[in-house]
Amino acid sequence: MTATPTAAAAEAAEDRMDDGTTEIARQRHTDAKRAERKLGLMLVGPAVFIMLAVAAYPIIYAFWLSLNKADLRQPDANEFIWFDNYVTVLSSPIWWTAFGVTMLITIVGATLELILGMLLAIVMHRTIVGRGLVRTSALVPYAIVTVVAAFSWRFAWTQGLGWLAPENSAPLTEFWPSIGIIILAEVWKTVPFMALLLMAGLALVPEDLLKAASMDGANAWKRFWMVTVPLIKPAILVALLFRTLDAFRVFDNIFILTSGSNQTSSVSMVAYSNLIRGLNLGIGSAMSVLIFITTGIIAFAFIKFFGAAAPGSDAEGKR
Amino acid sequence: MQPETTNRKLMWWGVNAIVLLYAFVPVLWIVSLSLKDDATLNDGNYIPTSPSNDSYTAIFNNPDFLRALMNSIGICIIATLIAIAFGTMAAYAIARLDFPGKRTIVAMALLVSMFPQIALVTPLFKIETAIGLFDTWPGLIIPYIAFALPLAIYTLSAFFREIPWDLEKAAKMDGATPYQAFRRVITPLAMPGIFTTAILVFISCWNDFLFALSLTSTSNARTVPAAMSYFTGATTFEKPTGPIAAAAVVITIPIVIFVLVFQRRIVAGLTSGAVKG
Amino acid sequence: MAEIVLDHVVKRYPDGALAVDDFNLEIADGEFIILVGPSGCGKSTTLNMVAGLEDITAGKLIIDGQVVNDKAPKDRDIAMVFQSYALYPHMTVGDNMGFPLRLAGMDKATIRKKVEQAAEMLELTQHLDRKPANLSGGQRQRVAMGRAIVRSPKAFLMDEPLSNLDAKLRVQMRTQISRIQKNLGTTTLYVTHDQTEAMTLGDRVVVMRSGVVQQVGSPAHLYAHPANLFVAGFIGSPSMNFFPGRLRPDGVVTALGEAKLPDQIRQALDGSTAEREVIVGIRPEHFEEASLVGDKPGATFDAPIDIVEAMGSDVYAYFTMKGDQARSKDLEDLAKDTGNDLHSGGVEVTARLDAAANVQRGRTARLWYDTSKIQVFDGASGKNLVTTD
Ligand SMILES: Nc1ncnc2c1ncn2[C@@H]1O[C@H](COP(=O)(O)OP(=O)(O)O)[C@@H](O)[C@H]1O
Ligand SMILES: [Mg+2]
Repeated sequence: MTATPTAAAAEAAEDRMDDGTTEIARQRHTDAKRAERKLGLMLVGPAVFIMLAVAAYPIIYAFWLSLNKADLRQPDANEFIWFDNYVTVLSSPIWWTAFGVTMLITIVGATLELILGMLLAIVMHRTIVGRGLVRTSALVPYAIVTVVAAFSWRFAWTQGLGWLAPENSAPLTEFWPSIGIIILAEVWKTVPFMALLLMAGLALVPEDLLKAASMDGANAWKRFWMVTVPLIKPAILVALLFRTLDAFRVFDNIFILTSGSNQTSSVSMVAYSNLIRGLNLGIGSAMSVLIFITTGIIAFAFIKFFGAAAPGSDAEGKR
Repeated sequence: MQPETTNRKLMWWGVNAIVLLYAFVPVLWIVSLSLKDDATLNDGNYIPTSPSNDSYTAIFNNPDFLRALMNSIGICIIATLIAIAFGTMAAYAIARLDFPGKRTIVAMALLVSMFPQIALVTPLFKIETAIGLFDTWPGLIIPYIAFALPLAIYTLSAFFREIPWDLEKAAKMDGATPYQAFRRVITPLAMPGIFTTAILVFISCWNDFLFALSLTSTSNARTVPAAMSYFTGATTFEKPTGPIAAAAVVITIPIVIFVLVFQRRIVAGLTSGAVKG
Repeated sequence: MAEIVLDHVVKRYPDGALAVDDFNLEIADGEFIILVGPSGCGKSTTLNMVAGLEDITAGKLIIDGQVVNDKAPKDRDIAMVFQSYALYPHMTVGDNMGFPLRLAGMDKATIRKKVEQAAEMLELTQHLDRKPANLSGGQRQRVAMGRAIVRSPKAFLMDEPLSNLDAKLRVQMRTQISRIQKNLGTTTLYVTHDQTEAMTLGDRVVVMRSGVVQQVGSPAHLYAHPANLFVAGFIGSPSMNFFPGRLRPDGVVTALGEAKLPDQIRQALDGSTAEREVIVGIRPEHFEEASLVGDKPGATFDAPIDIVEAMGSDVYAYFTMKGDQARSKDLEDLAKDTGNDLHSGGVEVTARLDAAANVQRGRTARLWYDTSKIQVFDGASGKNLVTTD
């Protein structure tokens, strides 16, 4: 009995080998498991490859560019300049104006969208006549190409052309009216999307619960705040998260409505101008990275502070 | 009881009318502009007084527009088909199969869906120029697929999750390999979901402006939204308003048809992925 | 056709839940085995392990002498019928039934022939071209059976195949399944939580509880000689009445009074004749109205009848006897399963009497019970002290 523990274990293992148990224990993955894993990896392969190729690799590349001078107008003067581009951007009033404009559009837009979206959701959920009609028409703004809608608003407010244009001023050439119209265009297009997400939440509120609440003496207003809203809070947060991130990326509407004139550029717009018009890839990339980081912070804040559940996070279905 | 329900119905019709106005006023305005003739274009009326099809004639005689329309249709259809094929595969794996790295992939898709596209414009521009994809169909199709994939994966995995587990178990018991179960039992059942997702993906491709603007330089691959924005600066048109409006109407028509025909499915698709978590 | 052996089989789910613990069973070729137990006790898990749908944490599964732990379901040649039927909604009845054959690469003509044969056996011939959605519950159930039958597998696994049917159809299908199984002689493992199904269908019944096998035996054996309180309470409908009792050398004292124990029970208890606390079990059908019995040996008592239910063929009388309720882990588990965890003061008793019994609500009736049929259980362990199983 001088055998070391390891030797003893080996001996024991050998003993068990005889009846085949160890063989099974060691071979942890059964045929079925292995086939399943293989198929799983094969099926996600192409999607993962494309997402990596188009999103992951380029963002790393963008980060690299942002550390370089990379001004296409002076291609020979390229050099590695560490965080100089970030310093330039972060000390530029243009960037901070754009940042302020973007935040303004995001916050005001998302708030209006939430309120109007909730109203529209309630209408779509509760209407006793023409439900299909309402839902179909509500989808139109969602489905329409943003650029098309933007042109419609632009022409509507263009002096001497549009049905909304005032007699003797050009709203799209002034800062505040422009911002107002940009927000209007954003809100118009995305309220229906918001409303659909909220409506899905409303559909999950059991009718019986509302009836019970009304038997308990809650009026419609109280029922809404004390029963419906707490129950659909997850839906509200998810919708709000998506819209906030989306609003922060605002580009199409501003491009068409004002082209960023009168300091109405969003961060995406100034990044675009630096990249494509100014051909300053270093500065543009630094802006891109900053936008990427801000987006991350917004998403993180939502998930951290509001506990917004990421859709599909419950991907593991129970068998 | 009778008058009360009538009143409530009237009230709801009133509310519905507001929704209809909300949805259609900007759309009908652009239709109206596209139908105005040169003389009345600037009259500021909401309704055209002397409708004409001049603007449509103009754009359908403009090779750049026709080319852009072809680009839009071709690029979006190809991107949709590929995104749906890859998305269906990935969504099934994520919803139903057990394999390493699943959570990472879900997180990655979520990350991509939150991605600010502008952050990719430069690197994609540089990469595509380097490998000769700039200003080509694949040059747009590939980013479109990448950004459509998260949407496709989320929506589809919600559909897959609704298919009873027992069907796969039954298929396995009947002698199917995991792939056969996917191909012959689950995919046919998910067809309605796949179709719905295809519509959503198509709409999102059709809507893209930023990539179309920055990854093309000629009419070779430029899609309609980007081409429209060049109408403004172009000198080929004296007054681009009419043609722009007409082009806008043309690319809106397929979308409106989708919405009219598939309202139910689009609603189901948009709401399935996002909320049930 | 095959012999299936489960040898010290254990299932632990990845989340740590121990669903099946040390399951041992040898199923003979052609045998009809029922797995029964309250919901959540691990029946489906056991079945899925045999099917290959869940992997086995430890132990061996042997089919026809071969260890098949690692084999994929498709390589085990076993057919399964699901509670939800799991019919493929996009295929016709015929295609559903032919699906396993098509996967096996059989030629069209053979498939047609086999499907038609099975359809005939199950009276589905005129439905072959319909989609499952257009069938009634009973028809769907038969299609699910058909899909299992066509390929003549080594064994059938059925997971609560009848529980989605209404009560009447369930009884019909029960006999049909029994007949088909006897005709084909295919080894069958059948899961149910319904003890009536278990008692009427199987050659042998396996009673499970929280992942552990409680007793294996023929229905009659389980009924007459339950190994413990749990099996006693689970098998039989209405279920057995339990009384806390005190064992004395000459008999047993319960809320029903003192009763002399017949010789065979006393012998069985031999060795533990010391005075002690026990739980006494009496099945409802072992009560009778005293005046109908004559002079058969037994004990009598006065029962204050609360409720009388005349079922036609017999009469159920419910009454409450003063005294403590029998308490034990087994009985609590049973109560949890039936959701009947209301405690009243006293022992609630159900008696199944002859239709001619003269009992009335609110009156006191003189009842008799058969002391030769009573079961005596150890209060602490729940073990049956009478049966030497
Ligand atoms: N996939 C799973 N993961 C974790 N636990 C499970 C899983 N499936 C079943 N269980 C647990 O295992 C136990 C037995 O389940 P099951 O075999 O389905 O019971 P039964 O079929 O007897 O009702 C239950 O407690 C159940 O909660
Ligand atoms: Mg079960």
